[in-house]
Amino acid sequence: MADMSKDKYPMPEQQANVRNKNFLEVALGYTKELAMKEAQRCLNCKHKPCMKGCPVKVDIPGFIMKIKDGEFEEAYQIIAGTNSLPAVCGRVCPQESQCEELCIRAIKGEAVGIGRLERFAADWHMQNVADYGAEALSGQTAVKQTIGVVGAGPAGLTCAGDMARKGYDVTVYEAFHAPGGVLTYGIPEFRLPKDIVKKEISLLEKLGVEVKLNMVIGKILTIDELLENHDAVFIGTGAGLPRFMKVPGENLNGVYSANEFLTRINLMKAYKFPEYDTPVKIGKNVAVVGGGNVAMDAARSAKRLGAENVYIIYRRGEEELPARLEEVHHAKEEGIIFRLLNNPVSIKGDDKGNVTELECIKMELGEPDDSGRRRPVPIKGSEYMMDMETVIVAIGQTPNPLIRETTKKLKTASWGGIIVNEETMETSIPGVYAGGDIVTGAATVILAMGAGKIAADAMDEYLKSRK
Amino acid sequence: MYKIVTKRILNESVHMMDIEAPLIAKKAKAGQFIILRIDEVGERIPLTIAGYDRENGTIKIIFQLVGKTTFHLGSMEVGDSILDFVGPLGKASELEGYKKACVIGGGLGTAIAYPQAKELHDLGAEVDIIAGFRNKDLIILEEEMEQISNNLYITTDDGSNGVKGFVTDILKKNLESKTYDVVITIGPLIMMKFVAGITREAGIKTIVSMNSVMVDGTGMCGGCRVTVGGETKFACVDGPDFDGHLVDFDEAMMRSLRYKEEEEHSCKLGGYLNG
Repeated sequence: MADMSKDKYPMPEQQANVRNKNFLEVALGYTKELAMKEAQRCLNCKHKPCMKGCPVKVDIPGFIMKIKDGEFEEAYQIIAGTNSLPAVCGRVCPQESQCEELCIRAIKGEAVGIGRLERFAADWHMQNVADYGAEALSGQTAVKQTIGVVGAGPAGLTCAGDMARKGYDVTVYEAFHAPGGVLTYGIPEFRLPKDIVKKEISLLEKLGVEVKLNMVIGKILTIDELLENHDAVFIGTGAGLPRFMKVPGENLNGVYSANEFLTRINLMKAYKFPEYDTPVKIGKNVAVVGGGNVAMDAARSAKRLGAENVYIIYRRGEEELPARLEEVHHAKEEGIIFRLLNNPVSIKGDDKGNVTELECIKMELGEPDDSGRRRPVPIKGSEYMMDMETVIVAIGQTPNPLIRETTKKLKTASWGGIIVNEETMETSIPGVYAGGDIVTGAATVILAMGAGKIAADAMDEYLKSRK
Repeated sequence: MYKIVTKRILNESVHMMDIEAPLIAKKAKAGQFIILRIDEVGERIPLTIAGYDRENGTIKIIFQLVGKTTFHLGSMEVGDSILDFVGPLGKASELEGYKKACVIGGGLGTAIAYPQAKELHDLGAEVDIIAGFRNKDLIILEEEMEQISNNLYITTDDGSNGVKGFVTDILKKNLESKTYDVVITIGPLIMMKFVAGITREAGIKTIVSMNSVMVDGTGMCGGCRVTVGGETKFACVDGPDFDGHLVDFDEAMMRSLRYKEEEEHSCKLGGYLNG
């Protein structure tokens, strides 16, 4: 008999006024006992509605039943059969708008904590089982064909993992000195510990995936050159270029793109300066412009670096905030001040070029725009000044141009994204596939992973047909 | 890992190294740069490619000991290895089609400008080089420059060698009797600003190389943004070469001081901001 309690069993987490001063993980994860209790809330529906919400098609009731029975490694193996990064997904997927949204339990109460259970199974595996990858590899019959994957982010790693499981020889080319893409440079330690990312990737390496670092494709090698060495190529280079607001004062010292701010902290470990050599500067007052997950990450990081007042400046209202509810909730708990329906007009600086003030204007919501959301309209004469030393711009990213500029036959959209056949993720060049933010524009980790998975299946078929 | 295969001390604070990086050496062109990170806790610093050897698979870097990373690098010896070495980044300089060129370097910028001067020379252009240093002990690559230039002018701030004065003095004087198709200038921002001012009046196309603070070098961080003709550009992917008449040097100088307080960790492209 299922546990019919309406709410999820809460997951232990660090207290807000403690965690906003450290970079340790906020959510601590279920214990064995809590996980087994939460698993009992699953009705094990025959038609598995939750699975329809999962871009990487995890057998959700299947693994939850194993947790219920205390068979944690079996639970992990079910997840890992289709998901290359379970410990990551269990932490950063927007489950509330995917699997959990479709959970029958959500009709009268809260959905089963699918994400929390996925995380539990993945963490349990990492803590208790060694060397799973080696066994899995020995069970494979190796295929002679080789795959090149550009970008070691969520899309690329998923494609790489799936292709390795299918027996292909896979090489991943990563521009940075560490793999993971946004998981490494973007999402902060307190939401996704980098040790977890490293372990997930090392599991892929045990499957036979080779990761080559410091390889900026488009510069050191072109896609055409990769095709000389590989039978098929997947491009998952993400949406790397930061957008700026184009307001006066944006190049003053103290204005960062969220990318720069987060990369300094996450990839370069500036929060450990001077133990690590890369610095990051933070003022007493910090404004983060934007309302997405990246904005929340930047704001919460700024607070942890010691800023007194951290503001989220967003031009629309609370309901329009694109960030996950949980991130907004955590940010508020940690003392982030939300200035909704506000928009920056200009940034002022002193004679040394350092930011001193941010000028904002108040907004109201008008008629719906192309995105279906109500258009924010400035309220005339409502401009005001705020004391500010740091401004972090988190209003989105655009695709990196390096591959587009050096691959003539590759068709791209006017905004710079790569055009693909959405059923196969194949680009205009035969044997070259693409997926993730480079195709969709900035989206979520799990959507990128879903694209990597579709591409892997299509690539497999393409290569088999060519043999 | 990327091995240091040669090391030469050009002057007390400027070192030159060849680094084993065969794939980068295959593709590198004048005007491009690399980013290196010495070890796990190190920061990523950009350095202009000062030369390459496609056959031996090496990249030449020349750097000034100005911050923690460059001092550490300077203390390393032949046989030691660097953890990360990424490139070739940025757009290559466009040097074809010029008949009479003037290459102006300031301090370490001279070393950075040398590959451009050499390529212009190899492409058949007449090349004048004006190289400015603070004093005679800091003069570098004199012999190399001599070989590829039609006229080499050395200036020192204190007159201890060559002409006493600044590179701009020589440029002004030369322009009284001749002209150039192009002026390429690399060095401290203030020097490039003044050179660009002179050539703007004289109507001579001028290319400058921007030494911005950056993290990734691939367009991701936007830290290297520079205003060119009223538009924001990224030095790493749109440059590092820009039209010197359009660059907002005052803003660039202000931005170059962003991490002044942490200057022991200087991470500016080329590391030659202080001439």
